[in-house]
Amino acid sequence: MPKMPSERKEEQYLKERDEFFKALPKLNRRQFIKVAMASAAVALAKNQFPPHSFQLVEAVEAKQGGGTEVKFRFAYISDTHLYERKLNERFVRAALKAVQDVNALDPQPDFVLFGGDLAQLGQPEELKLGKEILSELKPKLYMMVGEHDWYLDLGEKWIELFGKPYYSFDHKGVHFIVLNSVLVDDYWTETKMTPMERMKFMAQLDNPKGRPFTVGRGYGDVGKKQFEWLKQDLAKVSKDTPIVVFSHSPLYKYYKPWNFWTDDAEEVQALLRPFKNVTVIHGHTHQPVFNRIGNINFYGMLSTAWPWPYAPTGLPKLTIKMNRADPFDQFDGTGDGTVEVLANGKANKIYNLWSREPMKVTARYLESGGKEEVPPVPVDPSF
Amino acid sequence: MKKKIVLLISVFLVSIFLSGKNDLSAIEGKGDKKSEKKVITACDGETQVVLNDVSKDEVMTREKAQEVANMLLATYQQQKKYQSTKFTRRDSLIWERELKAMIEEGYKWFHDPSLGTNGISCDMCHPDATDTHPETYPKFQIQLKKIALLRDMINWCIENPMEGKPLKEDDPRMKAIEAYIIWARANQDPRPHAKTLNPGKR
Ligand code: HEC
Repeated sequence: MPKMPSERKEEQYLKERDEFFKALPKLNRRQFIKVAMASAAVALAKNQFPPHSFQLVEAVEAKQGGGTEVKFRFAYISDTHLYERKLNERFVRAALKAVQDVNALDPQPDFVLFGGDLAQLGQPEELKLGKEILSELKPKLYMMVGEHDWYLDLGEKWIELFGKPYYSFDHKGVHFIVLNSVLVDDYWTETKMTPMERMKFMAQLDNPKGRPFTVGRGYGDVGKKQFEWLKQDLAKVSKDTPIVVFSHSPLYKYYKPWNFWTDDAEEVQALLRPFKNVTVIHGHTHQPVFNRIGNINFYGMLSTAWPWPYAPTGLPKLTIKMNRADPFDQFDGTGDGTVEVLANGKANKIYNLWSREPMKVTARYLESGGKEEVPPVPVDPSF
Repeated sequence: MKKKIVLLISVFLVSIFLSGKNDLSAIEGKGDKKSEKKVITACDGETQVVLNDVSKDEVMTREKAQEVANMLLATYQQQKKYQSTKFTRRDSLIWERELKAMIEEGYKWFHDPSLGTNGISCDMCHPDATDTHPETYPKFQIQLKKIALLRDMINWCIENPMEGKPLKEDDPRMKAIEAYIIWARANQDPRPHAKTLNPGKR
């Protein structure tokens, strides 16, 4: 394990809290409340945190039966945005924390998905550092690209280190698809941008000239080829096989000015429409965000590096916003998580928020239009 | 390069504009050292009253001061009547350009990692200055345990997430960042609650 850089004071609190949550599943309800009260009292007595940040909510246990039992779990880590270690230890610390989390999961997940944006500016040193950190993971790792990994050299180094940017695999009866969904039109040839200029143009979220992501379009023929491949790949799969799609961008249209957006989302959704159970897990948005469109459930992943504000418009109705992150705590609003794949082919998502109670969002919640299995709503308003 | 020239020209124009005014006040007797009379200038930097019955270093009584203030305001209002034609379209273009230049300067720093030491810049966490809530300041910031101004939180974010050195309060970069944030958020946030945030919340 690479050496953990110097820890900050606030982590002491977080460690205590981690221990607390690890103990949770072993308790019944009465014991839970007892521990919860005691622990809240400890936190308050130490004056370590404003009281509202430590809201104790009983974790909702999935109701058993009807195919809703968990068949297997996988974990995810996403959007680490690493710089070179000598420049920035902050994000290294966060990425290592996620690796430690996953390695400590009991039972261990079947595999880990990395959700893209391993690097901040696509630099070979950043990608290599990311590979080094992720190589500490005990479970098998599946990699996905984000735009921050791609636009310095259009994927050259990433492909050298991690292989194909889009592929599929089968696991315990579920068909998994990993996409490169960060393809955009060529904005660099005509403007004669250097690779670094191209990268920085892409890296700026509020770039007024930014171009929307696509799966099947964009520069050259990468997109067209991928779309053809996706069609053929899906043609081989029976319609009642559960499908889980990994995509860096949301695969729907959330907020264009920040490129929380996939321009050909409808075309990709159309390919997925004939299937009975489809789940999309995406990165890029750095926040708990979930949606349902037609037959598809969408879950956004957390970033380990920093949380993003919710966009001013376009937020999916089913999303329960977390209240804004505490700028005084590096780990608030960030984290990692797991996905439970159920025997009936549905998938539930657990947001493991590092400085808050974990949040579980179930397929049932999404499919009931937000009426059943409602996750706990934060007490504070979201800004 | 082009931008610099425009800036230079506008600075030049502004100085012509200002020097014109200085001439005016010279005619009115400003700088006449021998008389040692008290001269009071209004906040516009132009309107003045010269007091014959008060000497330069004398402290005025409360009544006298009120009398002078009234006089100054009356003079100002009278002047304004014919001043209203004094500002031309060219003037307002200059002012707009100056404002734009300052906001652009702020935009630049807001997107510049060199304020910190770890490569991170403000826009990475606050796209379009979102969640900076300038309209909520001044307010009690629980974590700082004191009343904070917008610049206190700007500095906090520079020192912590960006691991940089805080800016002096009158640092032109600080002023420009404040200008950008306030401008970017003023009436721009379409979210209804953006305008009804409670002071005292972080
Ligand atoms: C790593 C992420 C990060 C970076 C970088 C960052 N901030 Fe922040 N900042 C936050 C978070 C999170 C908050 C809390 C937002 C909230 O309360 O809604 C915050 C709060 C603020 C606030 C106060 C908001 C309020 O509601 O009172 C201001 C002002 C601010 N930041 C300005 C800046 C400026 C200027 C920079 C660049 C010098 C910057 N921030 C860089 C994460 C960041």
